[in-house]
Amino acid sequence: MKDTFSLSPFQLDLLKEIGNIGAGNAATSLSKILNRTVNMKVPEVKVVSFDEMMDVLGGPEQEIASIFVRFEGNASGSMFFVLTPDEASVLIRKMTGNEQFNFHNPPYSNLAISAYEELGNILAGSYLSALSDFTNLNVQPTVPSCSVDMVGAILTVGLIELSQVTDHAIFIDTILTDEDHNDEEIKGHFFLLPHPESFEVIFKSFGVSHHE
Amino acid sequence: MSETFEIVKVGIADLGIVQAPNRIRTSGLGSCVGVVIFNVHLKIAALAHIMLPDSTTFRGEGLNKAKYANTAIEEMMTLLQSHGVRRYSPLKAKIAGGAQMFQMTSGTKESMRIGPRNVAAVKQELLKYNIPIVSADVGGASGRTVEFNPETSMLSVRTVNHGTKEI
Repeated sequence: MKDTFSLSPFQLDLLKEIGNIGAGNAATSLSKILNRTVNMKVPEVKVVSFDEMMDVLGGPEQEIASIFVRFEGNASGSMFFVLTPDEASVLIRKMTGNEQFNFHNPPYSNLAISAYEELGNILAGSYLSALSDFTNLNVQPTVPSCSVDMVGAILTVGLIELSQVTDHAIFIDTILTDEDHNDEEIKGHFFLLPHPESFEVIFKSFGVSHHE
Repeated sequence: MSETFEIVKVGIADLGIVQAPNRIRTSGLGSCVGVVIFNVHLKIAALAHIMLPDSTTFRGEGLNKAKYANTAIEEMMTLLQSHGVRRYSPLKAKIAGGAQMFQMTSGTKESMRIGPRNVAAVKQELLKYNIPIVSADVGGASGRTVEFNPETSMLSVRTVNHGTKEI
């Protein structure tokens, strides 16, 4: 299968830097909300098959608690913030004070889901505003929505546009971890999936042509 | 019951074929549709994990036929025939998937309704080949993992919150 997107090392570095700045900003927000130190790992730009993308989060059937935000403007695409249901439950208990809350016990209270969506709103907002500042592009997030379900079912939502031009997923993956060494460790993934035509726009904003 | 069988795994935008006693499976269907076309007597079945309704939207190079409803069904027929299913032997279909994973409150884009569009396209395509859909579990807001057993012609559908059912 021909790879529609062969990125140069310089373009890969640019995308990584977007992940770095975006997720760094979001990590700061998360750290303020949780009142504890949140670290991030070096972002990775992945150009992989759809199946391989699902494997990054433990395979297509793995259950995750995700927040999905679409972004629009000069550049558009999808963004996911993903935690395990257990980790998300911990966060929601902290935010709402509802000690009973657990993503393994549906139906979920509206308050809990709102809290989680609001968290996604804040994190996506910080990520995208950093992206916007860095690229000088106008990018706005849409209303976040939450789904606790299988990896395959969730991530394909962000692949619909991309899949019309390629059989590869291109995304920036950044992992956030918290520093407290207790049994409530949080390890969240940020996935940024720009639409195919937005890569060109992003590279142009740096004066780099897509096809060097 | 110590009968050994293998499970053929079908990825996203992929298709495969299986004969009893083996089974065939695809995981994490969201807006995608899992289509099984099978022959009861030959105990043979093809399964596709379809992502998009129509290949005419494809703008890249190297079309993956398993990805689209209109090309995947045709490809499944070719595959079944190359495995000894004769042109007019009776075939049946079961389908699952086509969910809408995120309930968007505003600015619902066309791509967000891809699930129902996939289901409609698959139905239309099966109709072209006169293949009846004997059971279906489509729509809703849940991801599904499906496994087909050609021995019994049963399709097991697993969701995160509603357990497993056989259709």
